[in-house]
Amino acid sequence: MFIFRLDTHSGVPPYLQLVQQVRQAVLLGFLQPGDRLPLIREVVEDLAINPNTVAKAYRQLEQENLVTGRPGQGTFVNEQQSAVMSASTYTSLHRGLATWLRRAYAAGLDEQAVDALFTSVHQQTRNEDVA
Amino acid sequence: MTATELALRTDGVGKRYRKGWALRDCTLALPAGGVIALVGPNGAGKTTLLRLVVGLLAPSTGTVQVLGHDVTASTPQTLSRIGFLAQDHPLYKRFTVAEMLRFGRACNLRFDQGLAERRLAKLGIPLDRRAGTLSGGQQAQVALALALAKRPDLLVLDEPVASLDPLARHEFLQVLMGAVAEGGVTVLFSSHVVHELERVCDHLVVLNHGRVTLTGDIDTLLAEHRLLVGPRTATDLDRAGTVVEAVHSDRHTTLLVRDGGIPAAPGWQARPVALEDLVLAYLRRPSEPSAAVTSGVAA
Repeated sequence: MFIFRLDTHSGVPPYLQLVQQVRQAVLLGFLQPGDRLPLIREVVEDLAINPNTVAKAYRQLEQENLVTGRPGQGTFVNEQQSAVMSASTYTSLHRGLATWLRRAYAAGLDEQAVDALFTSVHQQTRNEDVA
Repeated sequence: MTATELALRTDGVGKRYRKGWALRDCTLALPAGGVIALVGPNGAGKTTLLRLVVGLLAPSTGTVQVLGHDVTASTPQTLSRIGFLAQDHPLYKRFTVAEMLRFGRACNLRFDQGLAERRLAKLGIPLDRRAGTLSGGQQAQVALALALAKRPDLLVLDEPVASLDPLARHEFLQVLMGAVAEGGVTVLFSSHVVHELERVCDHLVVLNHGRVTLTGDIDTLLAEHRLLVGPRTATDLDRAGTVVEAVHSDRHTTLLVRDGGIPAAPGWQARPVALEDLVLAYLRRPSEPSAAVTSGVAA
């Protein structure tokens, strides 16, 4: 059974954290087509979280076509149209990032500086994509 | 949801004690079915507002309606739909848990004793123990089980987790959120702990100096506000929506704005604001009449 986590200090809204965890698990193959997500009630009692938040996360996952809710049965992971990231892509991205991080630390950046740089470039790239 | 499905509606509610106004001009419209947090520092008027909602106090001005019924009329039928858990979860310390349940059944029009017994059994709280010998967390759970046994449509809790240790707090919220998941109950609770509100609430009311300074659906409030960070500036701020708070350092300025776009000037970045920071910014604002900010479905 899939288990959600909640980081109350991340600044990411709780419903979005749940959405991102399912997205990531599907991407990495931890969640397979046909797998059942925990019932809203189970998530609520596990995390002490507002049921409306869980419902909102599941609605968004349905809209993204990642999962399908079947009344009375639960919420199930769909067959994915866009291919799950292949192991080789994952490994190569992982390696590239690790190399980059080693260079950053070698250049004297600390963890916070790396975070700041990453966030800034990430935002910039996203803005360029939008523009 | 129709307009009649408001859990709570207050119009111009004020409460005056001998030493002055504890609450003024309180106008709220809170939707049913959710979890509403009432936040503010000590002395802000939270307990006064909650006591007005459950009919323990009568307002000096204005009206209070719960689920479409005037609370000031205080009929047993209206009151039977409201559950109230006062601060520090008061129980009769010399009563056993079973005696507390019998007492609850005798005093209420609606009381599901089986439900309460099942809840307490699940938590491993023995019925033959005297309430005073239970741990603080267990006493809170007994009080909550009693309040939920009324099967209230509106459950009002005054600082329910303030006195509990982190584990007991988590267990209390697990049960409370589980009850919300079963459906049918709207929860209104007060807290001066802003941290962790986001995971349990979907609606927020900020109270300061006896006045409502912010109210709305939390997702909407977070979407409407943002932090703008840029080079130090003291002028031309009006381009950036309503400035809730401005903090200047030597070289740069941080603005918390509502409904504001990013300034056209170079060097400005917009960031989402965390709920805790949003609430704190509103609490830091000096009190001024009619400065309440409202948003969300009920606005």
